Amino acid sequence: MGVAIRKTKAELGLADLYQGARRYLPGGEEISAVRAAAFERFTAVGLPHRRVEAWRYTDLRTQMKEAKRLASLPDDAAKTRAREAHDLFAGAGFRKLVIVDGAFVPELSDLANLESGLTIQPMADALAADKPLLSQRLGPVVPDDDPALALNTALAANGVVILVAPGTVLSRPIHVAFVTTNWVATSMFTRSQVNIGTAASATIVESHQGPDGSEYQVNTAMQLVVGDEARIDHIKVVSEGSSALHISSLLANIGARATFNQLGFVAGGSLVRNQLFVHIAGEGTIADIRGGSLLSGTQHADTTLAIEHAAENCQSRETFKAVVGDTARAVFQGKITVSPGAQKTDAKMMSRALLLSDEAEAYSKPELEIFADDVQCGHGTTTGAIDDELLFYLMARGIPPKQAKALLIQAFVGEIIEGAANESVRDALTGAMLGWLGQRE
Amino acid sequence: MTALLEIKGLHAEIASGRKIIQGLDLTVNKGEIHAIMGPNGAGKSTLSYVLAGKPGYEVTAGEVTLNGEDLLAMSADERAAKGVFLAFQYPLEIPGVATLTFLRAAFNAQRKARGEAELSSPDLIKRVREIAKTLNIDADMLKRPLNVGFSGGEKKRNETLQMALLQPSLCVLDETDSGLDIDALKVVANGVNALRAAERGMIVITHYQRLLDYIVPDIVHVFAAGRIVRTGGADLARELEATGYAQYQSEAA
Repeated sequence: MGVAIRKTKAELGLADLYQGARRYLPGGEEISAVRAAAFERFTAVGLPHRRVEAWRYTDLRTQMKEAKRLASLPDDAAKTRAREAHDLFAGAGFRKLVIVDGAFVPELSDLANLESGLTIQPMADALAADKPLLSQRLGPVVPDDDPALALNTALAANGVVILVAPGTVLSRPIHVAFVTTNWVATSMFTRSQVNIGTAASATIVESHQGPDGSEYQVNTAMQLVVGDEARIDHIKVVSEGSSALHISSLLANIGARATFNQLGFVAGGSLVRNQLFVHIAGEGTIADIRGGSLLSGTQHADTTLAIEHAAENCQSRETFKAVVGDTARAVFQGKITVSPGAQKTDAKMMSRALLLSDEAEAYSKPELEIFADDVQCGHGTTTGAIDDELLFYLMARGIPPKQAKALLIQAFVGEIIEGAANESVRDALTGAMLGWLGQRE
Repeated sequence: MTALLEIKGLHAEIASGRKIIQGLDLTVNKGEIHAIMGPNGAGKSTLSYVLAGKPGYEVTAGEVTLNGEDLLAMSADERAAKGVFLAFQYPLEIPGVATLTFLRAAFNAQRKARGEAELSSPDLIKRVREIAKTLNIDADMLKRPLNVGFSGGEKKRNETLQMALLQPSLCVLDETDSGLDIDALKVVANGVNALRAAERGMIVITHYQRLLDYIVPDIVHVFAAGRIVRTGGADLARELEATGYAQYQSEAA
């Protein structure tokens, strides 16, 4: 074994959190054992740092100074703040489920007239009933020792469980709003589970937000199980407060002949790590995964994607774009693995960064790991500033430089937003982008 | 005659220090169309960029005024708002920006800069459609990203559309005929001719006489080695077609 490394203040704090909470966390004996094992895995590796390849550009050991205390259950004041919080999807008619400071709040959630075939339950209730949701395995793409996920498994207290029965087509999107209301910095661990049955379809929007200036810490994870011939449109918007630490993991397991559309949009938070582990288990599935990050100030946002083609005849497109201003830093790590036998895989990954200042940074690490011989796989990456020729063309038509740059940024990010099939989602994301551009002026 | 554009003793070089324009004097009066002809590399396109305010071109001497105002002190967008329009030789493609969005942004930005009221979207769309019709531009093209996948002819018609919409006081057409077949050339020339007006001046930059059969200039200049070496009437263009530029290149050298 390696040299024992002295535990950091944050690691000691996390251990305290777990020891203090483990007796109260929902779940019977079986789940307690899963949690204990997960925490042991975390303890073995500690907070990841730059010598851990998967976390190379996001040195959590250095960045995370301490572990904030666990958020308490939201009181009436917190619920009121959550109700009044800005809703990017207001007016879109989505079914809204609200998680306040890490706790599912039924009275703020729209649980009326559930469509037949749709079941919604707080994760805390599911765990209390000892449903084995935390222990599901997802094939080799999720490293057993991923420290963020291990911490989530150990400490997740609540979240939401959404079950869509086979053949159920939900026309009304579901919006899961994670709202942090507390000005006092706390930490929140949430875990959600979404199952889309065979030939069912649903649109799930996740949003994460909280107050600017509060150094709260979010560790959130969602497991997504998509059946054969099913379709899921999953959109995640991270607009956390300016000082927040946000770590999220998406674990997706997708069946055959399914459609998987995933779109991540980051326009907030101080330190964001967005990890996606996608396992395509069945043949003939089509996956479209896109991500857009709009970063300024000293923000750091890391998107790390591992997608595994484990079956034949599947197609995936991975498109990621980052707009990086000031001294912000964007990271994209993308790995496509084609398992033995996954012939006729067609996978293309592209990451592009647009740097708005000389101090802005973008790191891109694409990887292909191919164990089949009849596949089409490729990746590309570009990093550059705004094109002076394009800028001049717009200015020569009378458009002032600031507005011309904004137009070019919109055009750059537009390709990501266009990926959302739902018009209200596109409108909301466009609004978020315009808001971000407006703040820069 | 009222002077619209006055260029006096202009010297300009590109960032690398190469001197391109070397002592240019030119006055364009309102209502006039000037053709600037010359061999490749004479500095014709540089002149268009210097007038439009493209970064990377340094004016080392001389002055340029538009309606008496110092053009060189203005940024490209300010010049456009004052009425300078450069029709690009190679219009740029901007994926993700719909043509109509671009037209609206440009039109209203210019109005705003001049302290005029912006035009509502329906009014603007109506105006754009009317112009588009005269240039055989179909409505579908206006929805497409700016110039992306447009043919050479479509791009030049789109430039002409912009010019007609923005109603500039000085039009600079840089090699507008390049990449056009004869039918497209006629459409573009008709569009340009429709903009001939007593208050407007034009500079038509071209290598070939062909364009000037359709856009008939009042004055023709021969531009070689960074300055005007000969000036004449429309006949001069036809003479050049017969004799070529060789004599001017040796003269300048």
